[in-house]
Amino acid sequence: MNLLAHQTETGRTLTLVLFTLMVAATVMITLWARNHTRDATDFHSGGRGFKSWQNGFAIASDYMSAASFLGIAGIIALSGYDGFLYSIGFLVAWLVALLLVAESLRNSGRFTMADVLSFRMRQRPVRTAAAVSTLSVSVFYLLAQMVGAGALIALLLGIKEGDTFLGMDAAAAGNVGIVVVGLLMIVYVALGGMKGTTWVQIFQAVVLLGGAALLALLVLTEYGFNVSNLLGDAAEASGIDAGFLQPGQIYGVEVAGDPLQTMWNKLDLISLGLALVLGTAGLPHILIRFYTVPDAKTARKSINWGIGIIGSFYLLTLVLGFGAAAIVGARAITAQNAAGNTAAPQLAQVVGDDIGGSTVGAVMLAVIASAAFAAILSTVAGLVIASSSSLAHDLYNNVIRGGTATDREEVVVAKIAAIGVGVVSIVLAIFAQNLNVAFLVALAFAIAASANLPTLLLSLFWRRFNTAGAVAGIYGGLVAAIGLVVCSPVFSGSPDSLLGEGIDIAWFPLSNPGLASIPLGLLCAVVGTMLSPESEPGRFATLQVRALTGAGSERAAGH
Amino acid sequence: MATIPTREGPPPAVTDDDLAAMHDDPRFIELKRRLFRFVVPATIGFLAWYLLYVILSGYARGFMGAVLFGNVNVALVFGLLQFASTFGIAWAYSRHTARNVDPRATELHDEIHYGSEDAR
Repeated sequence: MNLLAHQTETGRTLTLVLFTLMVAATVMITLWARNHTRDATDFHSGGRGFKSWQNGFAIASDYMSAASFLGIAGIIALSGYDGFLYSIGFLVAWLVALLLVAESLRNSGRFTMADVLSFRMRQRPVRTAAAVSTLSVSVFYLLAQMVGAGALIALLLGIKEGDTFLGMDAAAAGNVGIVVVGLLMIVYVALGGMKGTTWVQIFQAVVLLGGAALLALLVLTEYGFNVSNLLGDAAEASGIDAGFLQPGQIYGVEVAGDPLQTMWNKLDLISLGLALVLGTAGLPHILIRFYTVPDAKTARKSINWGIGIIGSFYLLTLVLGFGAAAIVGARAITAQNAAGNTAAPQLAQVVGDDIGGSTVGAVMLAVIASAAFAAILSTVAGLVIASSSSLAHDLYNNVIRGGTATDREEVVVAKIAAIGVGVVSIVLAIFAQNLNVAFLVALAFAIAASANLPTLLLSLFWRRFNTAGAVAGIYGGLVAAIGLVVCSPVFSGSPDSLLGEGIDIAWFPLSNPGLASIPLGLLCAVVGTMLSPESEPGRFATLQVRALTGAGSERAAGH
Repeated sequence: MATIPTREGPPPAVTDDDLAAMHDDPRFIELKRRLFRFVVPATIGFLAWYLLYVILSGYARGFMGAVLFGNVNVALVFGLLQFASTFGIAWAYSRHTARNVDPRATELHDEIHYGSEDAR
């Protein structure tokens, strides 16, 4: 039974019409925002005038990517409980941002993560390091999303091997998908800046949440809101029975007769858990969202909104994942996409069919496909604006021009940077299309947790911390995270790895580097600090008073 | 920029030294104490609680698989409790800061920008 392949011409047209409507609405928002973007504060931080609920929706939109919608629903549909482990790590992580980072960052910085890191340090070395790390995290994350987007759009439009739609086969549709997503994110960021991007994200969060909530409601109605029965059916249909509802199908797998591999698998689970919980508060595209509100208190409230929205969303994906396992079944899902990425759209079609025949099925599929498209677009737009702000504000203005560039120059450079980052990612994504790049999301979180978070926290809370420590911490964490992944089983030595079986440089046994790279990043930061005599307690006093009282912080734009 | 300070519009600019001068003020030390009194134990608590969950997921499969009722097992309830604790800590933090930290931060912010009360 191959559901999406049966998708009718009407169904595809409907999906395409909804896609087009959403794109038209977001482009209109962008054009409106363009007329309200005047200076660098508008472009990088949307004028700092957003309300807490608005920023909360935009935060959620940045965070709820295709990976966390289709990806988690798919993992749950195919492997059961383990997908839920991801949601929990992603959610708890927000407490790190809330309690330790957001308010101090809002008060002490201006446009980028580097503003805070370099506050009491020598500007050039620290900003360069922070920009390198910002770009690494954002581009890796971006690449994973865009490669996914290409494959997904082909699948969502129901184009299979040997099949064509509007004259495109699956490979052509994949390329078109990447280019369309790439062009849209460039348009959102280069034309609308942070103001346009934020409103587009708010709109897309509503589309995504609405779609997911509607589908989850239909699934629960089918089960008379008896979750236990839903779980029972899912476990039975999976063929794994009770094991499907417990951890251990894909993370921390116990390999019979191989205690060593079992030990590595379990350590890998802990390593993943650490990177998930410590990565979020070091993601540059999340951090710059705190600059879009008037003050620290609004930043705090916006995270509370974000936690509420993201938490509810993960509960919905739990229902969708188990619903897909019970109602669609693993065989039908893997026939469409081996990783399970189409589980939620397939579920939408089957549930719709059950309720009102194939027309309702086609409508539900189009709704969920558009929700997934919204999830992709809002995340990539956030990543592009984080990259362009860092390139323009950190590298161009502060490193190259020594802080002398005018507002206007910085905005022009930021727009050029957005186009540059966009074009480079489109090209890289097209080349990377047939590679297994799923590990890039975990890598982005590992870099954020190893390079960015330790240096941010030490910068805010350790008086002795200095330039050498910040530089050593960022590069140390970055090199450790990337280096260990290159030497891990996801990069080489196995049939599913990036380089395939032929090349084997995988001496590091864990797929997730966090367990080693986070302590290494922290160690580099501490050792680097101790080896340098530089110490500026006066600058630390200034930073701490500013961070905790908000005195001297950047204000909302007056217009 | 030597205008008469007023609470309308953006506050008057301050220098880094104005800020640093507040660092050893007993009221600022009290502000930090009240903030860290919540943040430090809460952070240790939620990280330990989360790591306990991850470690049990890896090493206590029997316990996590124990059925509580119907098809609902310990793993599912433990996971949902992580959601509940996250919501709860976020709520408690906001309540704590609104009561114990924000008024003090505002007072010091205004004093740094506008001078002490009688200079207003």
